[in-house]
Amino acid sequence: MIDVLMPVIYIAIFPGFVFLGIYSTIIQWVDRKLTAIMHNRVGPPIYQPIADFIKLISKEVIIPDNADLLMFKSLPYVAIASIIVSILMIPVYSNNAIIKFQGDIIVVLYLLTIPTATFFLAGWSSTSPYSTIGSMRVMTQLFGYEIPLFLSVAGPCIIAGSWSVSDIAKFFTEHPSYIFLNIPALISALLASQGKLERVPFDAPHAKNEVVGGQFTEYSGRLLALFLLSIDIEMIVLAAFINAVFLGGVFKFSGFLGFIIFITKTFFVCLVFVLFKVAMARVRVDQVVKFSWKYLVSLSIFQIFLNLYIKLN
Amino acid sequence: MSKMQIPLGPQHPALKEPENFMLVLDGEMIVDATVNLGYNHRGVEKAAENRNYIQDIYLIERICGICSHSHVSCYINAVEEIAKVEVPQRAKAIRTIVAELERIHSHLLWLGVAAFELGYDTLFMYTWRDREQVLDCLELLTGNRVHYGINTIGGVRRDITKEQADEILKKIKYLHERTSYYVGVVTEEPTFLARTQNVGKLPKDVALELNAVGPTARASGIEIDVRKDEPYFIYDQLDFKVITYHSEDVFGRAVVRVLEVIESIKIIEQILKNLPEGPISVKVGWKIGPGEAVFRYEAPRGEDIHYVKANGTEYPERVKVRAPTLANFQSLPYCLKNGYLADAVITIAAIDPCMSCTDRAVVYDIKKGKKEIFDWEELRKYSIEFYRKKGVKFS
Repeated sequence: MIDVLMPVIYIAIFPGFVFLGIYSTIIQWVDRKLTAIMHNRVGPPIYQPIADFIKLISKEVIIPDNADLLMFKSLPYVAIASIIVSILMIPVYSNNAIIKFQGDIIVVLYLLTIPTATFFLAGWSSTSPYSTIGSMRVMTQLFGYEIPLFLSVAGPCIIAGSWSVSDIAKFFTEHPSYIFLNIPALISALLASQGKLERVPFDAPHAKNEVVGGQFTEYSGRLLALFLLSIDIEMIVLAAFINAVFLGGVFKFSGFLGFIIFITKTFFVCLVFVLFKVAMARVRVDQVVKFSWKYLVSLSIFQIFLNLYIKLN
Repeated sequence: MSKMQIPLGPQHPALKEPENFMLVLDGEMIVDATVNLGYNHRGVEKAAENRNYIQDIYLIERICGICSHSHVSCYINAVEEIAKVEVPQRAKAIRTIVAELERIHSHLLWLGVAAFELGYDTLFMYTWRDREQVLDCLELLTGNRVHYGINTIGGVRRDITKEQADEILKKIKYLHERTSYYVGVVTEEPTFLARTQNVGKLPKDVALELNAVGPTARASGIEIDVRKDEPYFIYDQLDFKVITYHSEDVFGRAVVRVLEVIESIKIIEQILKNLPEGPISVKVGWKIGPGEAVFRYEAPRGEDIHYVKANGTEYPERVKVRAPTLANFQSLPYCLKNGYLADAVITIAAIDPCMSCTDRAVVYDIKKGKKEIFDWEELRKYSIEFYRKKGVKFS
């Protein structure tokens, strides 16, 4: 009986939907409060993200006439579902994820690309000019940051000798000095994640000043609430992913202490995301692609060669 | 990807005032742009004819919140020219101080708005926090943060005390440091440079042809500034530079505006250290005229022209306002073409549009002796019809 119940608990409660939902609410508050303090203003109280979510859920959903009903209504659920499944393969409270097998890092990256595809389809199925432009920008930016993210992950895979996230975390736990050797790939992955999450400086797809809401222009009510929740959850999952692949996961701890270490480390990764957001202006979509291919891809490829050299000696 | 026409405005998160740009897009690139105005037309010029000259001061002030002192000073100087009144030096000095404070306020506000359009919220928050210092100065001097009401026909209504002058000097010093920091940000921050350089290019000859004024023209290398060309108030006694830049793009306009803030700070310091003594106003009667006068003034956005015609009664016969944004937005379709949609908002923001100043157009039919007020849509239809009759067809 408990065997049947465990997967449900994993997906729905921990480390699934409820845990991610609560943690993302707290991180969203930290993001907004820190940004406000750096802007020299007050910022929202701690219950603001929950209040926003509840308010959005209670509003009416208005769907444009020409929109494709099935896609329009189901896409937010697809986005959330794929992100929740991906956390099952990332080590959370110990260096063993709930599901691990050789190649699960590829599955995680694939599952994390699905939300971007849903953003594109969301904008496309809305059939309004601003949504169309937003979804085109989502795809253009995808060409920018997806490749550096994949390449930068390949570095640690080579040096750990395995394609499983949990094994990479274990490798860095046993050889902590290699963490410093993988810093170029870490930088590349952090910047690529900022693009994936569509945060400043890479928030051209849903830039308020230019395309009103971008791919989300026509979304309202609970569908918009779920899309915004999916972006917040994606931030936690990416932080956990970067932590496991580049920073050694939760080291040798497990159980409750491991959980605390996990929260602390992902918190600091999210702080880096907040710093990026505050310090820079928005970059144009073609400049994102140029920047990614010039600098991020070069950093990642350099890291791959460095790791190959270390591995072979 | 086929061409798509998208409307930018009149309601849009990027626009501070309602204006409409119909952009024809090919992918991300703007192929054509049409400007439609008229959403803010309030009939100010007609209303001015039904009020006496003092009431008109308060009406003209409310044409625009940020350039309110510019409009009033321009109008009052025209009226004083008709009435042949000699304004005392102290009044002129106080008017200059308020004018330069307004210029600092407007440019800092613009920098924040431009940063907001670029998605650079941090700079937006910082500049608007520092703008509070200017608003405090203005409130100290005049009692209000916008719409100062300090001008009256024949001089100013309030005097500056020594304590106010010292307080302003202190705040100006703080602003000087902060503006030097912003000069650094504008010229060195990579993301800002990436978004503003080579964007919205307006070459010098095109700018001259399309009659750009103010910082928009000065960023294209044209050295025009009414304060130097036809000095008014006490500008002929002051030492300041006209800032121009050669880069002809949005970056140039940002640099010009930020450096102009520093020049304004220097002007205010010069005046406050040598404030002339004397009365602050002379008495002028209710009836002005007859006569007519034109006055040009350097508002923060450029050259502001007011024309006043008086006929000897208490009410003006005609007041005409040509705001600087009306001259500047002619260059917008040129700047927008062949740019990206992402650059459209910063290009529009770079001319510092103030649609409240802009929306008025009156057409005189001399033969019939009739006067009609057209809004933008009617003017367009009128001109299209006019040319169609001549055989020039736009398909």
